[in-house]
Amino acid sequence: MPSLIWLVPAVAVVIGLSLVVNAWVTAGPRITISFQTAQGLEVGKTLVKHRNVTIGQVTAISLSKDGNRVRVSAELLKSARSLLTSDAQFWVVRPRVGIGWATGLETLLSGSYIAVEAGDATTKRTEFVGVENPPPLTHGVLGKSVLLHAADIGSLALGAPVYFRHFEVGRVIDRKIDAGGNGARVVLFIDAPYDAMVTRATRFWNAGGIDLALRADGFKLRTQSLASVLAGGVAFDGAPNAQDVGPIASGAEFTLFDDQEAAMAPPAGDPRYVRMRFEQSLRGLSVGAPVEFVGVTIGQVFAVDLDYDQEHKSFPVIVTARIYPRRMGKAYLVLEQNGTATNEEKTARLVEQLVARGLRAQPRTGNLLTGQLYVALDFIPGARPVRFAANAQTLEIPTVPGGTQELQQKLAAVVAKIDRLPINEIGQQLHTDLVDLDQTLGDIRMHVLPAGTASMQSLRTTLDRVNDTLADDASWRERVDQTLDEGRRTLQSLRSLADYLDRHPEAVLRGRHPSQPLVGEKSAPGTSGPQ
Amino acid sequence: MSSPIRTLTVGLVACRACGLLSRRVPDTQPTYCSRCDTRLHERMPGSAEKTLAWLIAAVILYIPSNVLPVMYVSGIGGGQESTILGGILSFWRGGDWPIALVIFIASVAVPATKFLAIGLIVLTLFRESDWARRQRTALYRLVEFIGYWSMLDVVVVALTSALLQFEGIGAAEPRLGIVFFCGVVVATMISALSLDPRLIWDMGRNSEH
Repeated sequence: MPSLIWLVPAVAVVIGLSLVVNAWVTAGPRITISFQTAQGLEVGKTLVKHRNVTIGQVTAISLSKDGNRVRVSAELLKSARSLLTSDAQFWVVRPRVGIGWATGLETLLSGSYIAVEAGDATTKRTEFVGVENPPPLTHGVLGKSVLLHAADIGSLALGAPVYFRHFEVGRVIDRKIDAGGNGARVVLFIDAPYDAMVTRATRFWNAGGIDLALRADGFKLRTQSLASVLAGGVAFDGAPNAQDVGPIASGAEFTLFDDQEAAMAPPAGDPRYVRMRFEQSLRGLSVGAPVEFVGVTIGQVFAVDLDYDQEHKSFPVIVTARIYPRRMGKAYLVLEQNGTATNEEKTARLVEQLVARGLRAQPRTGNLLTGQLYVALDFIPGARPVRFAANAQTLEIPTVPGGTQELQQKLAAVVAKIDRLPINEIGQQLHTDLVDLDQTLGDIRMHVLPAGTASMQSLRTTLDRVNDTLADDASWRERVDQTLDEGRRTLQSLRSLADYLDRHPEAVLRGRHPSQPLVGEKSAPGTSGPQ
Repeated sequence: MSSPIRTLTVGLVACRACGLLSRRVPDTQPTYCSRCDTRLHERMPGSAEKTLAWLIAAVILYIPSNVLPVMYVSGIGGGQESTILGGILSFWRGGDWPIALVIFIASVAVPATKFLAIGLIVLTLFRESDWARRQRTALYRLVEFIGYWSMLDVVVVALTSALLQFEGIGAAEPRLGIVFFCGVVVATMISALSLDPRLIWDMGRNSEH
């Protein structure tokens, strides 16, 4: 019968064994993740988190065998085993700041941690290759991803917003250069429920930066948001008059247009190449300059090359343009309907008809300030008929000299005329005349003006005197009145005498009979008259 | 060499606490020292067995106390858990070899010496050997002497944890290992106390010499 004292080592064994069993039972999976750098990671301190729940801890950090990567070992909780799918992604959460967004700022104080995002795969593994950037999507978020092809993505940053009618409905989750290096591909993620807005008729355009357009109705400034001005963004909307508005599958491919106009423009169709041969300098015509057909842009200048004409010892300029016949509207549609000809033949036939009606290419000045040229395809009245080679490899459109050249010549002539004007002589003459005029004016000021002043003073004196003379109380006026009264009476007497004599002509001889008064005489105070 | 008078042979019992000699009575009923009231035994009952049991317990506990971390020290650059041996190594590599030496002696050399010494004494007791009695007694005195220093590690951890507490800048926390180490020290102490060194001289044919 052993002593009870043996319980002491037995208890020690039990405790020791319980530790071992506990470690055995609670031990979760051990995983190894390789990263480019162990920046911010610490053994025994850095945690492994899934959706911000701690599921493990870093237990060791070592260099890979080739020394190019860092192998981070971590011990996870047993419950985290389900996260270790073969497509699980591990990344280090560090403070990351971009334009319009910042993530992981809490790690400034708490230190970095390793985050894990489980995938859908059913197979499990314990060796992982960590990703350097956080995966843009949280597993299980509803929505659709869209792949955009673009020639140039501009300033489109990862995480840049996606707008639908100025609502932020998604973001850029990936962007990379095409395998051939000829373009870029951008992957967007449109959150549900806005993903339903993306249909087969949806057009995407680069909405970053500031879109300043000059139109006939003035300047137009367009932006989506302040963030998109800085970080870029993508906007989308349905194309106008779209027929096919069916839903898309996740991962559908679209084209990323440069701006809204380009995105909303009707599809251009396949381009055709045409050649134009100009016998004049085409300074100001750059590659990419528009080619307009009756004022509508139907293509761009693709190349400008110098040619040498041995026969005429001249240097014509060959302009190759890419035109989109579909943009020519109904003319093309009508053509397209008839016959089974190939597209090339259709275009050739169309162009041939137009050339026969006087279609000519003409370089024109698009901008007087910069002197930029564009190529106008227009019907020139009275154009000389030319032979059109409809079967040529590249259609050649006949040309006429550009209006700019004539304008330039005229301007030069005007300038020459202006140049010939004897401006110097005119100037000198004018100068002399002005000096004379100045002298004359001085003379006037010196002599004429004082004399004039004296004359004016004399005149004023005279007038004053006249004024005095004409005053109401002057004595001569009374005398004049009296004189006039005398005269009137005299005249009355004369008329009475004349009347009397008319009736009594004998009075001239006999004298007046006292009973016969003078006609009209009321009183005859001292009338003079013949008696 | 004349054989010394032994209490066993003259019917006396010495008190363990005050050394008073009492008359020996049969073991059937407990007797107490008439001076200090300590329970009187001719020899400690089951001494060798107790010693061995506690020694085994101490050795078992010694394993987790070395495997588990004893202390966690955090600083601005991060924290680290350290085991006893890991701490000694880091001090040694860091150039603080005197500290490393002290910790090594207190945490490794002392317990190991105790295990070996007590183990040796107990083993010879069970074998009733009369080999090197004087040296074994000296060994027992050594065990008692170094026993004072056994708790050094525990004190270091306790002091550091209490003093180094600057939130955010640096902090030290004890870890489970130090509890086991504490258990090791306690167990070896009890083991050493349970050992009745007089037994060394009781054994063997030549016990009377």
